[in-house]
Amino acid sequence: MAAPVDAVGEMSNSKQLLIRRVISYTVLTIFAILSLFPFFILLINMTRDTNSIQKGFSLVPGSYLIKNFKTVLGKHDWKMLSSLKNSLIISGLTALLSTYFSALTAYSIHVYDYKLKKFLFTFILMIMMVPTQVSALGFVRQMSDWGLTNSFIPLIIPSIAAPATFFFMKQYMDSALPLEIVEAARIDGSGEFRTFNELVTPILKPAIAVQAIFTFVSSWNNFFIPALILDDKNKRTLPIVIGIIRSADYASFDMGAVYMAIGISIIPVAIVYLILSKFIIRGIALGAVKG
Amino acid sequence: MKHKSISYAKWGYIFIIPFFVAFILFNLIPLVSTFYNSLFENYKGRGGLVQVGPNFIGLDNFRTMFAPETELGKYFGNTFVLWILGFIPQIFFSLLFASWFTDLRMKLKTGAYKVIFYLPNVIMAAAMGMLFYTMFAQNGPINSIYMSITGKDSPYMFFDNVWSQRSVIAIINFLMWYGNTTIMLMAAINGVDPSLYESAQIDGATPSQTFWKITLPLIRPILLYVLITSLIGGLQMYDVPQIITKNGEQVQRTSMTVVMYLQKHLYSKNYGMAGALSVILFVVAAVLSLIVFYVTTEREPKKKVKKGGIK
Repeated sequence: MAAPVDAVGEMSNSKQLLIRRVISYTVLTIFAILSLFPFFILLINMTRDTNSIQKGFSLVPGSYLIKNFKTVLGKHDWKMLSSLKNSLIISGLTALLSTYFSALTAYSIHVYDYKLKKFLFTFILMIMMVPTQVSALGFVRQMSDWGLTNSFIPLIIPSIAAPATFFFMKQYMDSALPLEIVEAARIDGSGEFRTFNELVTPILKPAIAVQAIFTFVSSWNNFFIPALILDDKNKRTLPIVIGIIRSADYASFDMGAVYMAIGISIIPVAIVYLILSKFIIRGIALGAVKG
Repeated sequence: MKHKSISYAKWGYIFIIPFFVAFILFNLIPLVSTFYNSLFENYKGRGGLVQVGPNFIGLDNFRTMFAPETELGKYFGNTFVLWILGFIPQIFFSLLFASWFTDLRMKLKTGAYKVIFYLPNVIMAAAMGMLFYTMFAQNGPINSIYMSITGKDSPYMFFDNVWSQRSVIAIINFLMWYGNTTIMLMAAINGVDPSLYESAQIDGATPSQTFWKITLPLIRPILLYVLITSLIGGLQMYDVPQIITKNGEQVQRTSMTVVMYLQKHLYSKNYGMAGALSVILFVVAAVLSLIVFYVTTEREPKKKVKKGGIK
């Protein structure tokens, strides 16, 4: 009979599988710990004072959390609180404008037929990969000519033209926005702009949400352009403050306060990410399959 | 789909106007003006006291850029080294994890791992740089662990040596991007026809055979896409090394990237040179982008054929 042979084969197979699973989980867990370790150190050291931080590494948090927080807020050359506010305003408005107008642009390409459509679509795809740094020189000089140095406008308005967000929206529409819906709305007498705002944007909600998060995060983390546009103390964003902390005489710093400043820059985004993580990760995969 | 009326065409134009107005005002005109600036002698001499130019000098800025004493090659080299140091482990582990996550037989629980692996990608790169700088500093936690393990009584100076400094930057880049690449490759592997894996399993293929003979060849276009987009991203590397190396000067500029060098010229209002460097950067990025463009558009028809085949 073949049964015992099969059973033996099955056994060694399942044993092999078990070993493979154990190895996989072990390696994955090591990498998970590795990825979280820096944030763990950050959280611990945010609660300790300079002396104990410099004495060595500890697994137990200290009692200086509130004091470090107050020290950071009290540093007049850092301006942490106003930088936090500036970062929030810029990133929030950027996310809003970028997703709305990218959806509108994608809608134009998706729904309408016009002569230049194919050309414009190809053109947007071509410019998608051009790094922002290559036009930084012209951009910074032009903004200063227009009197927009230390204004948030150069950091918000350009996000209306966001090729990558546009491309994501277009892909989403291809799979989730049948033209029949638009035509039905026309028959019901809805104007084109109203159809987009009241009928189409609710359908696009998942795509808009994912892209809003990504745009917010990339604006929040943006360092290169804001550092060239904003030099007024009260107009800085968080990455600029981090740059200033690094450039100053590091050794003389209150280390607890330095960790606290890093924490203030990181933690809001990390919390939002952890709350929405399932959603975000599906979004990356969505972009990957299509992109 | 074909009976769309032409009378709606104007709305198509109206809806696309904001994008192009913003693009022309904030991208195209600055780009043209950057190129224009590259043809002029325009800088602040004597520590910013004397304004020289703008005087038209043709391609002289490019000659200076490519002159050996400018060491532009060094900065491109630094950028490439920093990129490849992070990219090799990144693609290796991403492929490994993506194939584990999608393994039909192992059926791993992946949710939490994906969330954790991707986390560093949403963190501000400048803050990541600062965090790692404090961690690896002379009296930072890594050195206190290092000294207690090895029993040495002097710390290792990570930011005084070429390769240890570069390694710290590469580690940050790796941590920030391997989760992203893993998820991208997972999506690619999930796109492979599952019946191929089923029949391989029935035929008794080992996991490594399945990986080398089925997965790898079928996701090659996406691997190529990941490679080139990562290279374009690497070309723009700025935040992390800028923070780690205190504007690039540390250890004889051995970790100064091309964009950091550009920022140096921009910051000191050295507009002629900054313009020339921008043009060079644009050309390199454009060549890489064209490759991406062809790779991705080539993939489209294949996909459609596959879909049609299934139906």
